[in-house]
This record gives sequence, C-alpha cells and structure tokens, in this order.
Amino acid sequence: MSLLSVKNLSVTLRGRPVLRDVSFDVGQGELVGLIGPNGAGKSTLMRAALGLIPSQGASSLAALPRVLRARQAAWMPQSREIAWALSVEALVTLGRMPHGQRGTVADRAAVDAAIARMDLDPFRNRTATRLSGGEQARALIARALAQETPLLMADEPIAGLDPEHQIATLDTFAGLARDGHGVILSLHDLGLAARHCTRLILLVKGGILADGPPAQVLTDDLMARAFHIRAFHADTPDGPVFQPTQVIR
Amino acid sequence: MGRIGTLLAALTAMIALAGPASAQGHAAPMEPSAVPLPVQPQRVVSMNLCTDQLAMMLAAPGQLLSVSHLAADPRGSAMAEDAKAYRINRGLAEEIWLMQPDLVIAGSFSTRATVDMLRRLGVRVVILRPAYGLDDIPDRLREMGTALGRMDAAEAAVTDFNTRLTALRDEVARRPRAALYYANGYTSGDKTLAGEIIATAGFTNIAAEAGLPSGGHLPLEVLAMAQPEAVITGRPYPGASRSEEVLDHPAVQALRNTSVGAVLTDRDWICGTPHVLRAIDDMRNTRRRMEAE
Amino acid sequence: MKPLMLILVPLIVVLCLSSLVIGPAGVGPVESLRALVAGDEGPLTLVMREIRLPRMILAVAIGASLGLAGAAMQGYLRNPLAEPGLIGVSGSAALGAVLSIQTGLSAAFALALPFSALAGAVIAVLLLLALAGPRGGSLTLILAGIAISAMAGALTSLVLNLSPNPFAANEIVFWMMGSLTDRSMLHVWLALPIMVVGWALLLPLARPLEALTLGEDAAASMGINLVRLRWQVVLGTACVVGAGTAVAGAIGFIGLIVPHVLRPLVGARPGPLLITSALGGAAMLLAADIAVRVVLPGRDLKLGVLTALVGAPFFLHLVWRTGRTPV
Repeated sequence: MSLLSVKNLSVTLRGRPVLRDVSFDVGQGELVGLIGPNGAGKSTLMRAALGLIPSQGASSLAALPRVLRARQAAWMPQSREIAWALSVEALVTLGRMPHGQRGTVADRAAVDAAIARMDLDPFRNRTATRLSGGEQARALIARALAQETPLLMADEPIAGLDPEHQIATLDTFAGLARDGHGVILSLHDLGLAARHCTRLILLVKGGILADGPPAQVLTDDLMARAFHIRAFHADTPDGPVFQPTQVIR
Repeated sequence: MGRIGTLLAALTAMIALAGPASAQGHAAPMEPSAVPLPVQPQRVVSMNLCTDQLAMMLAAPGQLLSVSHLAADPRGSAMAEDAKAYRINRGLAEEIWLMQPDLVIAGSFSTRATVDMLRRLGVRVVILRPAYGLDDIPDRLREMGTALGRMDAAEAAVTDFNTRLTALRDEVARRPRAALYYANGYTSGDKTLAGEIIATAGFTNIAAEAGLPSGGHLPLEVLAMAQPEAVITGRPYPGASRSEEVLDHPAVQALRNTSVGAVLTDRDWICGTPHVLRAIDDMRNTRRRMEAE
Repeated sequence: MKPLMLILVPLIVVLCLSSLVIGPAGVGPVESLRALVAGDEGPLTLVMREIRLPRMILAVAIGASLGLAGAAMQGYLRNPLAEPGLIGVSGSAALGAVLSIQTGLSAAFALALPFSALAGAVIAVLLLLALAGPRGGSLTLILAGIAISAMAGALTSLVLNLSPNPFAANEIVFWMMGSLTDRSMLHVWLALPIMVVGWALLLPLARPLEALTLGEDAAASMGINLVRLRWQVVLGTACVVGAGTAVAGAIGFIGLIVPHVLRPLVGARPGPLLITSALGGAAMLLAADIAVRVVLPGRDLKLGVLTALVGAPFFLHLVWRTGRTPV
C-alpha cells in the first residue's frame, strides 16, 4: 500500500525552480534514503511533499486536511529545535497533539511505547535541553514516534551525531520500516545509506536522477555525474561497504 | 549692522567675556552692572507673567518695551488685552538682548541660564519673587515701582489695593468648607495666594483638615470623603491632558452635583497683583449665593 | 485544579480585598466593604465604587493582560526576553493613545482611545515580527525593540510638547511609567471589553505554542496553522496591551518577570504558562499598585518605577543566560 504518492511535484522559490517534476511512491516497509549534493532539493522535496511549502503538482499528503496529514506523517526537521526546558516526557507527549487532547489511555500508551523504543526510560523526567546531542536526537525521534503515523520523514537525522548514535539511529529507522512503517530520510553519508536503506532516491538539481535499491543507485557512473566522486565499494560478510575516495576533476 | 551682525557681536562679547565694551552695535551704551540704576529706565523688558502684569500697571507710557508671550495669552493673563500694546518675548536671552533693554525684570522662576547670560552681557536684571499671599502684593507693587522709578504710581496702587481689599472683607457668620482642586489632584493650603483668596472671601479651606496646611497632592478619595460644600477647580486648558482628566472624575462630578462647584478663572488667581481682588469678589458672591439657597 | 492555581487564585482574592481597603481615606476594612456592597449613597460608597473598585478591577485586568501577553509573545518568538514593554509594543500603544487624546478624537468618540492604542500596538508587533520574527535571534529582537521604543517615546514626547495644554508636556512620565491612580469605571468600560477580546484570542493558543517548541516546521507538521497563529498573537497582544496602555500608561516588566518566575513551575511548557502567567500578572500588578500606595502615599509613585526596579535585575539575569542554555 502506498503511504506517499508524489506526482510531477515542482517548487519555485523566488522565481528560481528548486524542484522539477518529481514523482515517486513510498510504501510500507520501505526505508528510503534521499541522497544528492548540497542544494539538490532534498529538504525542499520533503517539505513540499508534506505540504509545508507551496508547490505545483500532486502530493497525496499535501492534499489532506491539516490534522489528517498530521496523523499520516511525522516530520523531524534538521534543526532539532527544543525552545524550552521541557522534560523528556513532556517533549514526547507533544507528538500526541494531532490526536486531540492529551491524557487519554491511548496517548499515555503511545508515549510510553515511544520512550521505551528509544531507550529513554532513564531520562523520562530529565530536562530535554540538558541532555547530550545524541540523547536529544533520540528524544525528538520518540516525539515523532508518539505521533503514531504510518509514515516518518526526517531531514538529515544523523548529521552531527557520533558514529555510535548514527548507526543506532539508522538501526531504529530500519526497525520501524521492518515493522511496517514507511520511512524517508535525507542523508549525506553514502556509506551508511548503502548499508541501511532499502531504497535510494538520487536527487540532482531538483530532479530525480536515479531511484532504486542502493546497488543500482550507487554506481560509478551515477556517482560521477551526481557528486563528481569516485568510490570504493565491496560486498563483505558484514554487508555492503561504500566509501567515496576521490574527487573527479 | 543688521540683526545678525548684532547677534554675532553679542556672541563675541559672550565668548570673550569682554563685557559691554564690545557691543558696538547698540545705539544706547550699556550700563555696566556696577553702575547704579538709572532713575527711570527707558527700555524695560519683562519676562515673567506676573512681573509683566505689575509692570504694565505701573510703567510710564513708552517705558515698557516688551512683555512675555504668556502675558498676551488670555487663558493665564488678566491683562491680555493690555499686552497687545507691547512687543512679545519668549524669554530667550538672544531676543531680549536684541531689544537693547536697559532693564530686564524676571521672576525668581525664570530660567537661571537666561538671567545669568543677560547679566554676563551687562544687562541690568531685577528679579522679583512671586507673591505667596495677599500681604506680599503691596510689597511687590513697591518693588516694581522702585525698579521702574515709578514709586508714586506704586504707592497709589498700594493704597487703592488696601482700600478695596478692606471693603471686600465681610462679617461672616458661617464659613462654608471649600476645596481647591487642581490638575493632577493638587490643592493649595491656607498659606498660599489661592488659600488666602478663599479665606478672605469667607470660606474654610479643607486642605488643612486633610493634613495639607501648605497644600500638595490631595488624594481623590480624601476629597470625596471630606464632602466640601464647594469644589473650586481650574478652568481646563484647550487641548486635552490626563492631568486635568481627574477634574472630570465621577467622584468629583458627584461633589459638583451636591455643591456649588465654582469654576475658578485661573488668570485672576495666578499672580499676586491687584487682580486677585476680582477673584475674591467672585468667591464672595459664590458664598453669598450658597448662603441664600 | 492544579496546585499552582490553588495558590494563585486565593492570592489574587486576598490582594483584591487589600486593594479595596487600602487608601488615603483611612476607613476601616469592614466598613469600607460594607459601603461597597450595601451602597447607602454616602461619600464612602462613592469612594469605594467610583475610585477603589475601578482601580482594583483595572489592576487585575491589566496585570492579567500583561502577564498573558508576555507569555504569548515569548512562546511565539521562543525567546524569554520578549516582553510588550521592553520591545516597544506598550510604548507604541501609548503613542496611539496620546495621538487620539491630543487630536481630540477620543473626546469626540470615547472608544477612539483604546482603538488608537490598539492600532499603535498592532503596528509595533508587526514591525517587530518583520524585523525579528521567530527566526531572528535575541539580539535582533532587543535591538528592534530598542529602536521601536525610542521612536515611539520620541514621537509621544513630540505630540505632548506640541499640545496647547501646559500640563500635557509633563505627562510623558505617566505614559512611559503607567499609573492606576484616580481611574474611574469609565476607564474600565473602555478597556475591559477589548482586553476580553484579547484574552479570547490568546488563551486558546496553548496548544499551538506548545507545538512551536519544536520549531515552526515541526509545529506545522503537527497540524498547527501558522498563519492563523501569527495573526492571533499579533491581534491578541495588541488588544490586551493597547487597551491596558490606553487607560493606565505603559507598565513594563510584568510580562517579563511573571512568565520567567512561573515557567519552572509549569515544567517550562508554554501552554499552561499562558493562564498561569495571566493569574500571576494580576497578582503582581495588584501587589505593585498596593505597594505604590503604601510606600509613598499621596505621591502618585508611578507603577512602572516599581516594576522596573524589580524587573530590570531579572532582565539582566535573562540577558546573561540567553544563548547559554534554553530557559
């Protein structure tokens, strides 16, 4: 079943086309990595698909009324802003907002489940803003989980995290996909994208250059065209290894 | 030399502290401050509302050159019509200097800097204190007469004032309680000009029983509780102000409805001149009306 | 009811009663309250109903408005320094009020006074959002606020100086510092309805402001209508600050101190902080208005003097902390 269907989506910001005729579908169980060079339009694509910015074309999410949309997809912006010194529990509870008033049994169950899934039980009553960057990132993912949406979207969720938290975070999203969620992440780390994603969408200059399983997207040809890089890649018993090595002039 | 040239000369004089010697632009030589006052100064400039009025009353024809702009304002001046015959000044050293006065009369609240500058420029400045009561008025008249060299006119005015004042004093059986209530909730005590005006007219001022014998801020609720028989408020100035808004407060309105609530004409009450007799007369008539009711 | 309410509401009741029985007339509390309720048309009834009651009502309403506006602006801008007085909204409202008084508009049409103040406040809030919107930092906000305050203050002084009324020129202090002395029921009826509209706009913002903790994008993705939120904050703040300033002048720092003190008690959540700050603001302004009567009776000490003396150290503390850790 398709959780998100985007058809011929285009975005123009200040007279400049940022996204051109992008079409794709995301279904249950997919962990989609959105890759591409800086300025390719990855954030713009996700925000337009969510209906956060005006666009031309069609997005099944953007077409929904505000509240229904919020029950369909949870969004984790790159900024990871936490403006006030809330407790972790209060922060995660914010995710229940699209489901009406707080405090119902379902609300509490969803918050408990999200906190448990992100291993945040010891931090439950701690102040979120006083946690480490990795712990804050986990709390924000728990917030999105509490929203209990079929689709999860995150903008560079592992940027700025240490290797342990990067791998743990991607493992979490992979687990969510296995449980039947659809997950879309924008990523810069192609090696981690190769190992964790079930599918990659390569975005270049506002258009999709390639869309498919990692092995079909991370080819020498496409890497040269999209990123001007050469990479080492190998299949190992621990899974695929992909490591960009040099810039092509 | 034009006006600007004269002004430049004045500035030069000021900066060099050279005194009157450098004021060549003047037709009449300036008197150094040490020289005694001329018997009758001929170019007199007054720069205070109250000295304006005293000077207009006592000056010989042609002796008084200029009065302040306040003297020409009928809202505050009892002699606004008379003031039209004189040049108007705004109390600025520069304009007064250009009038080449041989005497400047200022009040003790005139801008200190202006008076000092005029004195540095060698202009004779006489300062008159305000009248704080009816007894001060003859003194002020005499002081003004001395300054203008018009002692006889002053004595005549004093005699006239005393005669009329005595005639206004009634034998009063009952003294109605009155409140003086001005903008910002201020009141005047007994030892003020306004306090003596209503006392002479036969009223008791509630300021003393409110614990303000010399006046000050009279809280609105103290006024309301005192229940005066007459509330005497200032006539509002044009253009609104919050300070005067309190005079229209429902509590004051309620007092007006139950009392006579005379509106005072500010110009007769402001300065210690014989015009206060008019204010006393008005208030006496108000009291007589109250007693008649 | 939550424990915090159980403290704030009785506190307000006690302060209201104190406000009613404290005054220069020096009448016993029981007698005063009996005169207020029974109403025998004597002078004491007049004092209670026309002088002390409106003063108490205005202290509650304006205090609640300032606390609420502070909490709402801080929640919206995600900045603990946002306060209607500090960032020029009150000053601009004062300018609007002064203009309507000095042009004679308010004399011709009584409601022109609060509406002009409201208009001044709207312009200031819009200008602030344009200069230092949610994406602008604390520094931008404070600098924009200083500029707007300075401009509004200068224009207010100018208008008052041009007035033909000799008293007007000295009233800059009232407009800059605020006072509840000698207000009447008329002022209550002018300001209260507009403040109620403002409360109705601001109090329902609890959920949107909570969501905004995570930033605008995240809030929008949770179903919050950002455009509507923005207008509700602008108009709600302008209503409460405009109406309050029109009758009592600009009273600063309440919108800063009250949310700052109460924030830790509501777990830093911007939603519950709204109603809590409204109650806290009412309590604080009542207390301040009692204090100006007790500390310097008969001197009409301006409220803003007191609130600034208490509030400025808080402000410095906040400036010190801003940018170090989220508050």
